[in-house]
Amino acid sequence: MFCEKVIELLKEAERNPETIDQYNDEKIRQVLEEMHSLYKMNLNDANASSDNRSLCATVQVRHTALERNKRCLLAYLYSRMNKIKTLRWEFGSVLPPDVRELLSDDEYQWFSKYSTNLASYMRSLGSDIGYSGIDLTENLKPPKSLYIEVLCMADHGKLELEDGDIITLKKNSRHFLPTSECQTLIRQGILKQIL
Amino acid sequence: MDLTDDIELSEDEEISVETVLKSVQCAWQNERLAPEILPHRNDMIECMLGQIQHMERNINKLPKTDLRACIHKMELSRIKFMICNYLKTRLHKIEKYCIPIIIAERQRIESGANYLTPAEFKYAQEYSLNMESHLKSAVLAKLPGTMETLEMSKLAVYPNLQSHVFLKANTAVKGVVLEEGLGDQDVEIELENGSQHILQYKPIAELVKNGKVLLV
Repeated sequence: MFCEKVIELLKEAERNPETIDQYNDEKIRQVLEEMHSLYKMNLNDANASSDNRSLCATVQVRHTALERNKRCLLAYLYSRMNKIKTLRWEFGSVLPPDVRELLSDDEYQWFSKYSTNLASYMRSLGSDIGYSGIDLTENLKPPKSLYIEVLCMADHGKLELEDGDIITLKKNSRHFLPTSECQTLIRQGILKQIL
Repeated sequence: MDLTDDIELSEDEEISVETVLKSVQCAWQNERLAPEILPHRNDMIECMLGQIQHMERNINKLPKTDLRACIHKMELSRIKFMICNYLKTRLHKIEKYCIPIIIAERQRIESGANYLTPAEFKYAQEYSLNMESHLKSAVLAKLPGTMETLEMSKLAVYPNLQSHVFLKANTAVKGVVLEEGLGDQDVEIELENGSQHILQYKPIAELVKNGKVLLV
């Protein structure tokens, strides 16, 4: 059957809507192969017999299969692009190496372009009045309280707070810190909020 | 919400900070609930950012143990969250509907009634270019023969203007024409001041944009 491979690809992307899987290079190659052979067959039939009407339907079916394959491939890429976008918001502009491996080279390039574009947009905010306190990737959740209790998951060393105090983050130590200052560390997994 | 304690307004400013905050709040609410992108309120946002900067300086002058400092900081982080979320909602819409938005925006720029700020427009264009080049290099370039052409208009995602929204009228509005699907007859209704309705977004889109109704 035509288009079976590409449907498997889409199912794979659908299966885990929250997480991103390894870029399926192999399957994409197979789909492309199928497309190339379909295209070749079509070309042969179309050239060989301009008067033979019975081939017309065959050619058309193959062409539809080709269009469908193309559309599904693009859908696969698009859904992955959306997932990569969430990565940018979660991890910031530098991806952890294990996540980085899941992306193809093209995707990684797209990620860095997206990242630069977002960064230059954020820089433009408030630049007219010389204010640069807005980071859109912070403030992801509505602020509930000014300070939160956090548990330190790893040795991080010294952390200087906005008001000039310096605290040492040691593993398994508990701190009571301003929410705005530990968001990034929480996302990096160094701190964990105690509820 | 009491914000004005530490803010000294400059003489030439006619509207108070509270009014600005209110309108930012309304803009945020509308933007969150409307299916399509709304005209930007950059003047309000910039004004608010200026105030935040001002307040942050004032708070830093207070001693750390002062209760007022805590309360004001909390208030500030709430406002900041609101502004961030507003800008982010817009960005998400721009990303999702980037193709139709760019086309519509080009026309609007000619008539001088642009919906996006220059920075947002630049972002949208850059985003769509990046998407195109990624699709091309990842798959399209490897397709056989004539298949490699990309029709951006085929990929476009359009906002669903037929979706229903809750709204509250700020002023009395007469003659809102609703399109009826079944009977082929248009119905005209009147919105009373302060009344609440559930309506399709499309007929009231203009009212949202000129502030006559508020989405709730």
